[in-house]
Amino acid sequence: MTVCEPRLEVDAVHVWRGDRHVLKGTSLQVGGGELLHVRGPNGTGKTTLLRVVCGLLRPEQGTVAWCGQSITAIRGTYQLALCYASHEPALKGDLTALENLRFSLGLRRRIGDAELRDLLHRTGVAACADLPSRVLSAGQRRRVALARILGSEASLWLLDEPYTNLDARGADLLGELLAGHVAGGGLALVVAHQDLMLQCSIQRLELAA
Amino acid sequence: MQYPALGTRGVSVGTGTAMALILRRELTLSLRRPDQLLQPLVFFLIVTTLFPLGLSPELALLRAMAPGILWVAALLASLLAMEGLFKSDADDGTLEQLALSGQSLGGIVIAKTFAHWLVSGAALVLVSPLVATALAIPLEAFPTMMLSLALGTLTLSWLGAIGAGLTVGLRRGSVLLSLIVLPLAMPLLIFGANATDRAIGGDDASGGLYFLAALCVFTCTLAPLAATAALRITLE
Repeated sequence: MTVCEPRLEVDAVHVWRGDRHVLKGTSLQVGGGELLHVRGPNGTGKTTLLRVVCGLLRPEQGTVAWCGQSITAIRGTYQLALCYASHEPALKGDLTALENLRFSLGLRRRIGDAELRDLLHRTGVAACADLPSRVLSAGQRRRVALARILGSEASLWLLDEPYTNLDARGADLLGELLAGHVAGGGLALVVAHQDLMLQCSIQRLELAA
Repeated sequence: MQYPALGTRGVSVGTGTAMALILRRELTLSLRRPDQLLQPLVFFLIVTTLFPLGLSPELALLRAMAPGILWVAALLASLLAMEGLFKSDADDGTLEQLALSGQSLGGIVIAKTFAHWLVSGAALVLVSPLVATALAIPLEAFPTMMLSLALGTLTLSWLGAIGAGLTVGLRRGSVLLSLIVLPLAMPLLIFGANATDRAIGGDDASGGLYFLAALCVFTCTLAPLAATAALRITLE
């Protein structure tokens, strides 16, 4: 397998939602070891931008490229290289935290229960592993979603308001994980309203109304 | 640290393994919610028992009406179960994760629909002898009836998958789903009821069964493509 420097390039992306021009020629570049903090008032297309980057939404104009190739051409491999965390923690209430992780990470790679439990332990929800996720608090669910991101082994993290519902220690933990990911050569796009206090270099992208 | 080009470092998962995983997930989820599993079945049982009460318990009349009653009730019961196919996954964000899992969405749709048929259609086939007895269908007609129902419900699951994929993003999608699926299901009703009717009369029912099998093969091959495309549109 050839080794390439992971690089995400979004070039002049336009998205219309009905009559609204949501993204007006947004461009960005993120390379390995870089974190991009996306900010902007509500309704300026931050989530739309993340959905465009992960390929769920096809832009009317503009391109998204990963390692120099259009993401529509390399959908399968690109999807394995990214991990998207939306507003929703994407957990099934009737499945336990462990089962939720097993089914979502199991689609990406072979993973054993011991490793899954370790992931939950690292995000501080080891005690919830065998509880149905419907009884977990919003913050605990968010931590299980964090465990999913951590276990995805993706090089590109796309996090949509990951600080929501997290307590102070949870926010610190997320900061550590992000810094560690970036220090290891990973890429991250983080949508957040607050300032990020991280031990790594942060680029900023302001979306205006 | 260097990342391998375009990929991840883990051992990748084949489509077959992924589909088996989805199947297991769907069945686990269904078993955790037995109420959702039982609702269409109970509906099927109740609707078919209403007819003898409303018409007349006369055996000859019941026997003549039985195939129609059985098939209409089966269609409606399957339709009842259909809306949930993608709904809960779309609501809690799981559908997006599935679409981004690196696996082909088509494979995921196939596994999900098949799991859905196992807990709705196949279960309906298994309780159909109970209903058939109540409708005075003779024992000799049971194999044909069950086979036709199995083929019919599987076809219907596929038609429903297209409809559910199209309507999953809508707030009151269930009515629209019925409007999309029921017209397409008419051939099933015609051939299914016909095959059952002929079996009751002791005639050769293979004509109807062949048509049902053809429809089943047709939808099994083409509907996954349509349902996947519908889901992709919904996800945008």
